[in-house]
Amino acid sequence: MNTVAIVDYGMGNLRSVAKAIEHVAPQARVRVTSDPAAVAAADRVVVPGQGAMPDCMRELDARGLRPAVIAATQSKPFLGICIGLQMLFASSEEGDVAGLGVLPGRVRRFPHELMVGPDGGRLKVPHMGWNEVNRAEPHALWEGIPDGSRFYFVHSYYVEAGEPSLVAAFTVHGLPFTCAVAQDNIFAVQFHPEKSAQSGLALLGNFMRWKP
Amino acid sequence: MLAKRIIPCLDVKAGRVVKGINFEGLRDAGDPVEIARRYDEQGADEITFLDITASSDERDIIIHVVEQVAEQVFIPLTVGGGVRVVDDVRRLLNAGADKVSMNTAAVQNPQLVADASGKVGSQCIVVAIDAKQSGEGRWEVFTHGGRKGTGLDAVEWARRVQQLGAGEILLTSMDRDGTRIGFDLKLTRAISDAVDIPVIASGGVGSLAHLAEGVLEGHADAVLAASIFHYGEHTVREAKEFMRARGIEVRL
Repeated sequence: MNTVAIVDYGMGNLRSVAKAIEHVAPQARVRVTSDPAAVAAADRVVVPGQGAMPDCMRELDARGLRPAVIAATQSKPFLGICIGLQMLFASSEEGDVAGLGVLPGRVRRFPHELMVGPDGGRLKVPHMGWNEVNRAEPHALWEGIPDGSRFYFVHSYYVEAGEPSLVAAFTVHGLPFTCAVAQDNIFAVQFHPEKSAQSGLALLGNFMRWKP
Repeated sequence: MLAKRIIPCLDVKAGRVVKGINFEGLRDAGDPVEIARRYDEQGADEITFLDITASSDERDIIIHVVEQVAEQVFIPLTVGGGVRVVDDVRRLLNAGADKVSMNTAAVQNPQLVADASGKVGSQCIVVAIDAKQSGEGRWEVFTHGGRKGTGLDAVEWARRVQQLGAGEILLTSMDRDGTRIGFDLKLTRAISDAVDIPVIASGGVGSLAHLAEGVLEGHADAVLAASIFHYGEHTVREAKEFMRARGIEVRL
């Protein structure tokens, strides 16, 4: 049986992620869990998360989940969403906090001086709403999703990948920023596939079938 | 480029949608789940539920509505109405809401905005501002569904809630609400230009042209409407096609 652990470290609503995965993979066993053993035992691992990065890191550690999450990034299909993407990197400007350091790079705030649109109007932060996801590389998780499809974003910080080869897709909001990274068994996105209607469901379905 | 959002709004009372909804082939016009699903199919970018339940012992019903909708509709959901304390916010988010909107409680206790955004993140906290014109280029904040003046200047209050940690503003013109003569564009623009966070324009939409004006002239990041979608006059898709023809970036 295809089992997926959705890592619950107390940051945000995980119900939507669980329901979306159950919707696209009715045969799978979906478990929202804060038990490191359950994360270790699952075939696939999803790390969502919202809120402030320092709180997320603290809550992750408070539940003793750090080693299990790091192990998952090294061993099985892993999907990071939003803060679940950001925490993979070495550090974040948000609260000047260290991440898991699984991938090289850092997390930065959208710089105020660049928040100007093509028409001269001000771009808002948080970057909230549906924006185009432009592919940098082909990947199994994009299967059946047209390049440039819109996904739902809500965030004020973005990832600056330390290696260009990590970048799976980019989005433009004042500046082009990395909105998806891929490396071996890791795929992680800034947007919310669980809230991105058909495109998001397609991506989650691809993840559940993915054999990296 | 980020798309401008179109958000249908549903008034919910004791678990039922109360304004008339006119979808072809919809058996039960008051079922929030079925209506939300229709809007999702039409391409709505988000859905907002406004709980107008009066009695407090029926308050929990909205939680079940959100749970049911979130199981079947995979776009962002905002819920407002009757939010008083941080725990109300948390319960709605746990039920599947993505954002929670607060209005009267934020005015009475601004610290609630700070506490809630500190706990669950700014991105989940919407402050709804009901404003009425009080002079040339001036608008006053009203609470209690537009019945009580507060003396607060709407532009200053918008800046303040941003500072307190709101992630978005839902701006309703009380002068225009229900009139179908279009948004108060001066108000919308004054608020949109005063803050860095996204602003949703609301109140007065009677045509597709009004939606486009809200973005082009009001500088809104999103437009919210109820009746033009509820009574089957226009679908969300038609609204988006119209906006695209006016040069507005939309998700189609």
